[in-house]
Amino acid sequence: MRAVITVIGKDAVGILAKVSTVCAGYNANVIEVTQSVIEDLFAMIMLVDISKINVDFADMADALSKKGDEEWGLKVLVMHEDIFNCMHHI
Amino acid sequence: MINQYDILETIRMIQDECLDIRTITMGISLLDCIDTDIDKACKKVYDKITYKARDLVKVGEQIEKELGIPIINKRISVTPIAMISAACKCSPVPFAKAMDEAAKAVGVNLIGGYSALVQKGFSAGDKELIESIPEALACTERVCSSVNIGSTKTGINLDACKIMGRIVKEAAEATVDSACFGAAKLVVFCNAVDDNPFMAGAFHGVGEPDCMINVGVSGPGVVRAALRKYPDADITKIADVIKTISYKITRVGQLVGMMASKRLGVEFGIVDLSLAPTPAVGDSVAHILEEIGLERCGTHGTTACLALLNDAVKKGGVMACSRIGGLSGAFIPVSEDAGMIDAAESGVLSIEKLEAMTAVCSVGLDMIVVPGDTEPDTIAAIIADEAAIGMVNTKTTAVRVIPAIGMKEGDSLDWGGLFGKGPVMPLHRESASKFINRGGQIPAPLHSLKN
Repeated sequence: MRAVITVIGKDAVGILAKVSTVCAGYNANVIEVTQSVIEDLFAMIMLVDISKINVDFADMADALSKKGDEEWGLKVLVMHEDIFNCMHHI
Repeated sequence: MINQYDILETIRMIQDECLDIRTITMGISLLDCIDTDIDKACKKVYDKITYKARDLVKVGEQIEKELGIPIINKRISVTPIAMISAACKCSPVPFAKAMDEAAKAVGVNLIGGYSALVQKGFSAGDKELIESIPEALACTERVCSSVNIGSTKTGINLDACKIMGRIVKEAAEATVDSACFGAAKLVVFCNAVDDNPFMAGAFHGVGEPDCMINVGVSGPGVVRAALRKYPDADITKIADVIKTISYKITRVGQLVGMMASKRLGVEFGIVDLSLAPTPAVGDSVAHILEEIGLERCGTHGTTACLALLNDAVKKGGVMACSRIGGLSGAFIPVSEDAGMIDAAESGVLSIEKLEAMTAVCSVGLDMIVVPGDTEPDTIAAIIADEAAIGMVNTKTTAVRVIPAIGMKEGDSLDWGGLFGKGPVMPLHRESASKFINRGGQIPAPLHSLKN
């Protein structure tokens, strides 16, 4: 089971580190990261393995979005890979 | 890895273009709650609903968070109450109260099924239920009601049309304090479907299993955004674009339905592939039609564009899920669609044009505000007209008109939220009373004889 974490916001030092630290806390393994910075806009897509996480996935998704909104000033979306697979693959 | 472009497309559809799952509706059979003692029957109804749907809202919210897609409504539909209340031989209003309490207890915002099926005549309990609708809708908050008065197989029950014309008006009169909202929770159908997940017309048909999950998707904004990328494409290409996008939307509905059914331990019924608008910016079916090339929805060409849209939505969705059902197509509720509201306010969209549109879309005259002094027989005639379109075209049609008591053309009713607001639309003043008062049954059309 994998999830896609998308982070969008103003570029700053340590965004990748912050997100991956939280993931590590939940025992979610980061598999792949692509990121780009266009002018000062930061965009990152992260694929993480959630098969061994130590909380309910819905709670993890909730906590990351909340941290993004309240602490980091970034839009963090956490979505199960199923939604992308079902929509784009037959 | 999943393609980056695909990820961004999905996110854009949800974040910017209002893609959502409109409803997860749990259908619950109440046939095993029948009892001659109304108090016992109501207790059984309350107990069964609160037991079966105890986790519905929780599971819905969980899936919402995991997939990152909003699931707007969690709802319940039940067996038409007239069948359950018939044995009690008294006013069925206590059933409405039991349904309302059960809906509140499990946290769903609407519960449908205060209904009667009288397309060929009235059986025990039907008339009592129909007569109690205005009171039931006024004394409850979340209960929705529907009555099926015709079908392609049986023809149209004109006596029921007459009664419903009066009941619609009484439902509005009984809820004058809440902007005549009672009438907005009442739908009169021809060819009603058993597995419709959308309110106010949802009920759980008698041929359905004991309990099942049906899902209604949405996404007019997504379709419009997709079309905007093809400003100069020919109409065949437009149909293809709608099919592709509708496939993607429906796939999400299928996924959500499967997850919900697994977690709730309830059979998965159908996905209803309807484009259901909301008054929110960017969530309008009228704006899709305008994107195709109309200056304003309601002008000449509207029916053709809607026919194409409705058909392409079905074709795209059919392959995307295991079972489709419900109403599946495009909804055109006037008050719930920002583009329709504008078109009606500007006078371009008339009730006659809406009637023509209902011949090619998935339902009927929906959420239309009419003058408060409209005669009950005129409403009955509107119902009969709409039922005739459904009967002859072998499709579902419905009437949900709201007589704005004490208001006339130029005024408007505003409910806020998903129900939106609607201007009072003018009707013909000439009477149809003689026709309505003839009573009897309009015979089924020749093409109903298929055996």
